Formats: sequence, structure tokens, C-alpha cells
Amino acid sequence: MATQNDNTSAFRYVDWITVSIYVILVIAGVVSIYAASYDYDHASIFSFSEFSGKQLRWVGLSFILGFIILLVDYRIFETYAYPMYFLMLILLAVTIVIAPDVKGSRSWLVFGPVSMQPAEFAKTTTALALAKLFSGYNFVLNAKGSNYLRALLIIFVPILLILAQQETGSALAYLALFFVLYREGMSGLVLLAALGAVIIFVVAVKFTETMILGMPSGEFAVMIMTMCAVVCMLAVYCRQYIVARNVLAWFVTAVLATFIADWCGIELPGIYVMIGIIVGACLYILYATLHAPAKRLLLTVAFAIIAVGFLFSVNFVFQNVLQKHQQNRILVALGIKEDPKGAGYNVNQSVIAIGSGGMTGKGFLNGTQTKLKYVPEQHTDFIFCTIGEEEGFMGTTLVLLLYVTLILRIISIAERQPTTFARIYAYCVASYLMFHLMINVGMVIGLCPVIGIPLPFFSYGGSSLWGFTILLFILLRLDASRREHHAY
Amino acid sequence: MRKDYKLEKRKYVIIGFLLVIVAIYVVRLFNLQVADDKYKAFADNNAFMRKTQYPSRGLMFDRNGELVVYNQPAYDMMMIPRDVQPFDTIDFCNTLEITREQFDKRIADMKDTRKNPGYSSYTPQKFITQLSAQDYGRLQEKLYRFPGFFIQKRILRQYNYPAAANVLGNIREVSPKDIENDDYYSRGDYTGDLGVEKSYEEYLRGHKGMEILIRNAYGRIQGRYEDGAHDISPKSGKNLTLSLDIGLQQYAESLMVNKIGAVVAIEPKTGEILAMVSSPTYDPKLLIGRERGNNYNMLVQDADHPLFDRALMGAYPPGSTFKPGQGLILLQEGIIDLNTMYPCSHGFISGGLRVGCHGHGSPLPLKPALQTSCNAFFCWGFKNMVDRRSKYGSSANAFEVWKNHLVQLGYGYRLGVDLPGESRGFIPNAKFYDKVYGENRWSANTIISVSIGQGEVLATPLQIANLCATIANRGYFITPHVVKAIEDTVMPAELLQERHPDIDKRYFSDVAEGMRMAVTGGTCRLANLPGIEVAGKTGTAQNPHGKDHSAFIGFAPYDNPQIAVCVYVENAGFGATYGVPIGSLVIEKYLTGKISPERKYIETRMLESNTKIFRGNTK
Repeated sequence: MATQNDNTSAFRYVDWITVSIYVILVIAGVVSIYAASYDYDHASIFSFSEFSGKQLRWVGLSFILGFIILLVDYRIFETYAYPMYFLMLILLAVTIVIAPDVKGSRSWLVFGPVSMQPAEFAKTTTALALAKLFSGYNFVLNAKGSNYLRALLIIFVPILLILAQQETGSALAYLALFFVLYREGMSGLVLLAALGAVIIFVVAVKFTETMILGMPSGEFAVMIMTMCAVVCMLAVYCRQYIVARNVLAWFVTAVLATFIADWCGIELPGIYVMIGIIVGACLYILYATLHAPAKRLLLTVAFAIIAVGFLFSVNFVFQNVLQKHQQNRILVALGIKEDPKGAGYNVNQSVIAIGSGGMTGKGFLNGTQTKLKYVPEQHTDFIFCTIGEEEGFMGTTLVLLLYVTLILRIISIAERQPTTFARIYAYCVASYLMFHLMINVGMVIGLCPVIGIPLPFFSYGGSSLWGFTILLFILLRLDASRREHHAY
Repeated sequence: MRKDYKLEKRKYVIIGFLLVIVAIYVVRLFNLQVADDKYKAFADNNAFMRKTQYPSRGLMFDRNGELVVYNQPAYDMMMIPRDVQPFDTIDFCNTLEITREQFDKRIADMKDTRKNPGYSSYTPQKFITQLSAQDYGRLQEKLYRFPGFFIQKRILRQYNYPAAANVLGNIREVSPKDIENDDYYSRGDYTGDLGVEKSYEEYLRGHKGMEILIRNAYGRIQGRYEDGAHDISPKSGKNLTLSLDIGLQQYAESLMVNKIGAVVAIEPKTGEILAMVSSPTYDPKLLIGRERGNNYNMLVQDADHPLFDRALMGAYPPGSTFKPGQGLILLQEGIIDLNTMYPCSHGFISGGLRVGCHGHGSPLPLKPALQTSCNAFFCWGFKNMVDRRSKYGSSANAFEVWKNHLVQLGYGYRLGVDLPGESRGFIPNAKFYDKVYGENRWSANTIISVSIGQGEVLATPLQIANLCATIANRGYFITPHVVKAIEDTVMPAELLQERHPDIDKRYFSDVAEGMRMAVTGGTCRLANLPGIEVAGKTGTAQNPHGKDHSAFIGFAPYDNPQIAVCVYVENAGFGATYGVPIGSLVIEKYLTGKISPERKYIETRMLESNTKIFRGNTK
């Protein structure tokens, strides 16, 4: 077992590449915040009354925090993973009750002049708890259903609490942990299904203008996509080539026949005809199970039914479950709605800011969109705009490259961990970072709906910076001790 | 420690997913930032407010350096509808001293694209134009409360003398057509209308400047872009020195009060117009500022048409003022010499045709004929020329020769004065008569009245004055013009060139002598000034509008002419009754600076007389 002395040796084995990227990102963040909140009669970057000055203070404290974490005995993270997780759940719950209402959200705990957002720290405890669960003796995710249940419980309890705080963005970030479940054995079909659901949703919501066979073209497209997917699954996944061929022939003939009938002026209830065609195919596949391995064929049938069912629920969910502003954000992101003054204002202005940067940008402190406050939230969620406007395409790609390098580095760290605990934890960190990067940058460049989550290490805000710093430095601490596990 | 190597491969799926997404983002960023330029323009439109800076318009001085036209500031209240945020409308209306209804109407008018075709919520729109300095002062303190509104400084004209409106012109807002024709203009600009303001617009207007201001998302101005490094400072328009003598102009205008007609005075040596009166005239101040529209309509509707510059737009029968020109042509063509005498038996009688004349000796040669304004002499001369087929082949050919001489003398075409709207008058050619009477079916007798400046012949007072100046110069003229000098600019050459009609100089001296005799002992005796040798010629022109027009041309001093004048008073009777007194007073005033006591009664009579009452059926 390691001696007390080994704790200081953490510095010898700490992964300096990760630390360097972290420091670069944090410093670049402060500089960008300075640029974003720069005013013409502005003081210096170090002025504590300004965002950049405050952020600098947070950065200084983060460095100290990181340093302290590296000094801590790495075992306490594993040992106290559950207690910390539960404490954080209590804190999240308490926050709902005692937090003041800030623009409809109750997620900030206020201590005099300092506020903090527990949701940012709960990411770490959730990751630790998940890692702890997986590192249990002989724990194999796929071994039994109750393992899934426990993992999902760990992920969804904080999500529900944070949703109750009206912080949808922060809550969604926990979905990133599904990457970890996938890495640890969850069927890739779940991710594919999620991807499929997103595609069906987007297509069904986006293409409602034109009609084909008496149904919106989006719904028609989903039907055709479902048919193609079924044929592909039969061929590639089930390896039932004859069944696949027959089903394909049935689809092509039936759909063409429908078109010809429609063209001849026979009015058909298109949507039911299409459903009929798919149901027909399903019945045939069920018949085929009598002669072939049933499981995968049944899954294919299930897929077809779920896809069609999902299509019908999309409209219902969209109209009745989502709130008005969420609907708008989605419609704007999909380019269905032009609303440059309302829901689309932020995105419109941020796209202008980034687009106006050109190849090399307007130069530091020369951005007009950000300086003149055309982009709202430019020092927090929309900080990427400042890079885009002032440093141009060179700046934005460089920043993306830094993040990609960091995430790849963390994945490589994860894979070199001797313990399941450390590996799971590292994957959690990589997943969170991936999710934040994709959503935040996607939102700023107008590809994703506006979901208010920060760009890690970059955006202004002590809670976010500290949350990510703790997250990352615990990983570094675990990694630095990876050589001490020869005793297993 | 377990490690599932099959599962480890899943990291490639995760890495692949990350790389695909990031690649999509990089492509999107490339499209936004590098491939597409429009965002730069959007950002600039957001951030930069380009504020036009209007140059000060060139001033106008008279020939003696008196300031005649200058600038006064005015303030337009502009708004950019997109930038307007909710504000206290009541406070706003009170500050501007308008009612809520006026406010609403103004906004509605502005947004009405029929009344305001260039409306856009992104560009500055005129809310209220031409605020006074007081309104401006009151407003300036409060302006910050009304985001989206700002003040645009403008230049309006101001006039030191209530005179010469027809020469000076005025300024008006540009029309959509002006903007189409000239890139310089944008909506709301001012341009010269009528007079020198119009013809010298390009010199007077200067060059607009531009100030680039930085505007934040709330519409507030944050300062100048790069401390004004990209600003363009406005360049003032050129000052003009007019050839007018504003004192003489005012005096001539006062003599023309209650009369309809024109006075043109030219400095013969230079072609500079000393005074150019069109009566009735108006105060140029009427066409300044917010009342311009109403006053302009009033002037347009006035039955006497004050906006019609009779001095250069009015085409009148020149009457007997035409005779000196006739004398020149007859001498040049060798139809007469100084000894040729024609009979006058109280008129010209030829084959049943009779043109009346008045009592004087008969027969008589050219100079006495000019002295007494004998109709018969010029009728005979004209007849001898036009009907001399031995020389010209036909009446038509002879008439063409006659017409060409008149064109050389400045009739029948525009002289090219540096003012807009000049009329060319009318000198018929042979084709004209061929059309009226048929080819070879007319002769001198058919058209005899043109020989005494009646009939089809029409000339502007400017053309008549110019002929007088040509005689004063004994054989040449310079295109009359009203601008003597442009600041820092060489005058256009065509305004300084001598133009020599194809008539021998000596004949001009002969005709001048005849005109001198008319003053010393003929029709213009009232113009015989003490100590100044004046030469002149009266004119009495029949017309279809009532009483005869009264006309006079004259120049002085006889040997070194400083001034040539044409006076033309509509429906005022004999040339000697109004033309001669007014012309002689203008000459005397210009040459001596005062009116001699023994002639004061003439001045009083002219100032007090009213010939409008003689105006006949104007149709």
C-alpha cells in the first residue's frame, strides 16, 4: 500500500499535457471575457469590479483548488463517493427550496456577495458515484437488469432535482453519461435509437409545409426512412438476406402502387396506407421467425413499431409537453421560424458576430458585435462568439482543436487506468466535456437549439469554472496514482 | 482488475462521434466566417451609424462685395424606427410643442410608402424638419430620453436683400428624380431650384462629409469609430461673386413696382449682368424653411406669375427696339448706305398695304430714321432686301440671309446665360413662311411687320439688352452672365469669349450715332441726362393682350459705355412713357449713384405709377 509520502509524488506523475491545455483554456477564457465585457471607458483586465477581474480571481482560486486536490489522498474519492453523492443530492434539494428566483430558475445558493450553483458540482459527485457503482466487485453492467436500474438511478436523481430547479440545460448535461454506459457495455442500439429519435423528430417537425400522398412530407420521409432501416437491419443485423430481399420488394411495389393510384386520382388515406405497408412487412417478418433465429428479427419488428409510434407521439410531445419558449428555440434552430427579434435574436446576433470575424478576425478588442452588446450573455454562454469575431476562423478552429485534444487525452488517460473506478470516472469527465462542447458551440453557431450551458473553462462564472476544475483535477489525482495498484 | 478488450474498442466509436461533430462544426464555421461575406456587412450595419455631415453652401456676394445670400442652420429631427424604444410620448410632444394627434399623423405619414416611398425602418427618417434654434436647444437636453431620435443639422439659406429672387433662386428638398439622376444626392438633401442656386449647384453644394459613429445594441452612441480616422470631413461649397449690383437691382425693382415686365442691365465690355428685374417679383425669403411649400404654391397660383422670369423667359415682340438691328443688316447687305433715303408719307404704303407712322420729315436716311423711329424707312429697306431677287434669287433666300444676321446678333437662339430656363425667343425662317403661305407665295409685303419688330418676331428682354450691349461695344458681345467669379475656380471660358456678329464694326458706329440722335433730339429725349451722353431707342409693341408694350434700349456713356439697358413694360403704352424714364433712371443711378434733382420728378412718377390697370384681356 502506498505511504503518506506518495501523495506528494502525485506531482511527479501528474499528466502535464492535460494541465497545460487546462491552463491555456482558462487563460484564454479570461482574455475572452475581458474582450467580451470590454467597454470603451473600461479599466484593466485585472480590475476586480469587472467580469475579467472577477474571473481572474476565480482562476487563481481554481489553481489553488487544483493544487489541493493533487495533495489529497486519492482513496478518499472512492471511499466517500456515495456520501458525497448523497450530500450533494440533499444540497440540490435544499437549493430548490431556499434559492431565490433568478429569471425563473432556482439554482443559485447565495452567501452574501458570493453565489454558487450546486448543479455544477453535482456533476463530479454523480461521476464519482457512477464510478463507485461500476467498480463494485464483479459488477458487469450487462449481467443483470438491476445493474442498469442502479446506474440509471444515479444518473436520473440529480437530473430530476436539477429539472425541478428549472435548469434544463444543466440537467441535460447528465445525459452525457450514457456515453459511459455505452463504453461499459450498454447496447449501441440505445445510442442509435436516440440518434434515430432525434432524426425522426427533426424531420417530422421541420418538413410540414409540403404534402405527399395526403400527409406532411416530413412524416412521409420518416416512413420511407423506417422502411429503409428495416431492410438494412434485416440484411446487416439479422443476416436474413432472403427476408430482406422480399421485404424490399414488398416496400418498393407497395409504395409505387400507392403513388400510381394517387396519380390516377384515387384518393387514399396516405398515412394509413403507409402504416399498412409497414405492418404487412412486420407480419411477414414475424412469420419468418418460425424458420430463423427469432431475437434479432423481433427486435427489427419492435424497431419498426417504435419508430412509427414515435412519429405519432412527436407532434403530441412537441405541442403539448414542451413549453412555448422551448418550442420556439427548436423551431428557430431548425430554421423553420425566423424570429430575429425574439427567440432567434441571440443566435442571429451570435452568428453575425462569428460570421463577421472572417479568416483572421477583427483583432483583439476590435469586435463590434460583442463590444456593443449585440450578443447577449456574451461573457457566459456565448463566449465563443468573442473568439469567432476577434480571432476569426483561425481562433475558432484552434479552440475546437484544443478541446478535441483535451478530450482525446482524457479518453487515453481513461484507457490506461488500472482500476475500473478511475476509468469510469475518466470517461465521465470526457463525456461531460464532449456534451458541453457540442451543445454550447452548436448553439452559438446556430446548429443546436439554445440550451443554456457554459463552455467548460472558458465561460465566465465561478461555479462552472470550479466545478470543471474539481472534475478534472480529481481525474488527474487518480491518474497520478495509477502506478500504485500493482497490489491487486 | 478486469479489462474487457472487446469493450475497449468502443472508445473508437466515441472518438469517431466526437470527431464527426467537430468536423461538422468546423465546416459550419468555415461557411460562416470565410465563405460568406454578408455577416461582416450585418455586423457593420449594427455597429456603425454613418452620419452625413452637410457642408456649408457657398455664399453669394454682389459685384461690390456685399453679402447677398448666406446660410443659417436648421435642425431636422430624425428617427430610425427600428431603434426607437418606448418613450414618454407626452413629454416628447410637449417638448416639440405638437399635439398627440400631430405626432400620430406624422408617424403614419412617415410609414405611408405612398407619401414616403423610401421608408425603411433601418434608415433615418425625417420626423420633423427645420426646427428653430430654440426648439433645438430645448430638445437637445432631453434627447437622451428618446432613443432612436437624433438631430440632423441642415443648412438653410438667408437673404440680406429682399431682391433679385429671380436671379438668386432658392433651395428645395431633392425629388426622387434628382436622386436618380445624380448619385450625390440622398433623400432629404437640398438642391438649388431656379436661378444661380440651380445653375451653379455643383459649385455651391460642396462635398458632403461622413462621420462614423459607434452604436450599441440599445441604440446609444458610444463614440466615434477609431476616433474619426475614417470620417470624411465635409467640404464647403464655393462662394460666388455675382455680377449684379444689388443696389441697382433693388432700385430697378422699385421702379418696376406695380408694373409687369423686365429690366436688364449689362456691362457691355464684359457681358456681366448688372441688374435683371422681372416684375412682379417676390421676396426670396418666402422660399425658406417650413413655409416654403405654402408660399411656393401661392406664387405658382398668382395670376401675374412672379416665378416666371420675364427677363429671360418672356418672349416679346421687340417693336422698334428692333430697328437698330435692322439698320445694321441693311447696311451690311448694301441695301442702303448712309445716304439712302426712303419716303415716309405718315407710313409705308405699298400695293394696298399700309404701315402707319408719325409726323417727321420725309424722305429721310438711316440716322434720322432711327432718331424718329420711322416705320416706313425700315419697311422700305426690308422690302428692298427681301424682294431683291437679282441678288438673292428668291425672297426666301433673302429672308434666310436676313434671319442669319439676326441669329448672329443673338436673336432666335438661347444666348447661353448662366441661368436656367432661358427662352430662345423666335425668329422665323423661310420654311416657316413657306408652310404658312406656300412656297414662293410670299414676299416682303406679306411679312412686312417683322421689319419693325412686330408680327412673328419675338425676343427676350435679355436678347434685346444684349443687342444694345453689342451696339455699345460697336460690334461684339460677351455672353451675358450673372456670376462674375467662383472662389478658387476659373470661370468657364464660354462666359468670357467675345462673340463677333458678321457685320462690319463701322456700321455699329453709324447705328449708335442714330441712337444718340434719338436721345438728343428724337423719341428718347427724356433720357438725355445732364453730363452723360446716352444713346437709346424706344419701342412700342402692339400685342394681343391690351395696350401696347412700352420698351426702351439704351447705353451710356456714348463713347465708353459702362451700361446697356433694356426696359420692357407690358401694356404700358408708348416706349417714351415708361421705357425711357425707367431706363434712363437706371443708367443715371448706376453711373452717378444718384438721381439729379431736376429728374427727381421722373423718379417719383415711375415709383408711383401703376400700369397693371392697363392690362387687357390676358385670356
